[in-house]
Amino acid sequence: MLGAAIIVFRETLEAALLISVVAAATRSLDHRTRWLGIGLASGVIGSLVVAGCMDTIANVADGIGQDLFNALVLGAAVCMLGWHNVWMARHGAEMASNARDVARSVHEGRRELSAIAVVIALAVLREGSETALFLFGMASGGELAMPAILSGGVLGLAAGAGLGYGMYRGLVRIPLRRLFSVTSVLILLLAAGMAGQSARFLIQADVLPGMVTPLWDTSNILPINSPVGSFLHILIGYDARPSATQVIFYATVALVILAGMRWARPRRVLAA
Amino acid sequence: MRIARFLAAAVLLAPVTGFAADTDVTIVIRDHKFEPAEVKVPAGKKVKLVIDNQDATAEEFESHDLNREKVIPGKSRGSVLVGPLKPGKYAFFGEFHEATAKGVIVAE
Repeated sequence: MLGAAIIVFRETLEAALLISVVAAATRSLDHRTRWLGIGLASGVIGSLVVAGCMDTIANVADGIGQDLFNALVLGAAVCMLGWHNVWMARHGAEMASNARDVARSVHEGRRELSAIAVVIALAVLREGSETALFLFGMASGGELAMPAILSGGVLGLAAGAGLGYGMYRGLVRIPLRRLFSVTSVLILLLAAGMAGQSARFLIQADVLPGMVTPLWDTSNILPINSPVGSFLHILIGYDARPSATQVIFYATVALVILAGMRWARPRRVLAA
Repeated sequence: MRIARFLAAAVLLAPVTGFAADTDVTIVIRDHKFEPAEVKVPAGKKVKLVIDNQDATAEEFESHDLNREKVIPGKSRGSVLVGPLKPGKYAFFGEFHEATAKGVIVAE
């Protein structure tokens, strides 16, 4: 039971931390909870569908279909997160000061929230499909009785979601003015980390060269499977043995999003 | 549209323009164990690990040493490119059955 709980916990935590950051980042937008719910629900349904046809996906393109799929899902999430940060660079200040044009912000806020719903759906889809595949296997393999699998799954899910909720509670204690700067930095690093991960999938599929591998090795100082290492892996894309290609993807995405945020920033805020 | 078409072309062409591995090595998963559990590969070369999961249930091939992870559904195969590796030992395991599914790659 504990084995099942730990695996479900690990997969849940990744999605839960991402959801907590984007939930905090969209805090003052109307109908936010509904959009977060839509993203979550579509992610759960999508992950069951993906888990169901994983054999097909896996066998596409000579056994690398799943890597391509993961890289595409991550790439799409990176685009949405980047777009969110650019949008926040333009509207964050007015949102924080509440001096907003309500009519426009309702319309623009909806587009922003639908991008966030897509991000959540993609994150849940990726982690959820692996969890579902694992639980299906446990159930059909008869290694554990059904009640043990279910209680393990629920325990892991609750622990992961609980940590995510804890992070959200911590974030929303930050005053609005600062909160959006904090979430923008977190989302920038999340997106860069996802870009690095998508590069890793393309390298293991032999689509991209890894180049210098590993570029560095910090597995003695901070192993990726230690609590701190895996937390940093999820949040800022820390890797103990990254290849040069991963680092290039990471840095490029971080710089492109930063440039977009600078470009979008309203002039009067710069002058202030 | 143009972007979508470009992406589709990139995905379709990618395997063709890939950087082919020097060696293929097959690792079988049976009863939640890897066979062979010790895999010898040449150092300094790219190696394609073909993981043949003969169990009915899925397994996640994972290695912190190699910085790789990949889910292999039941009764199917998946490939994972590693290397070029420096001579040494690289542990791997099956995340879904960590107690039994363990192995090591020896690059020499």
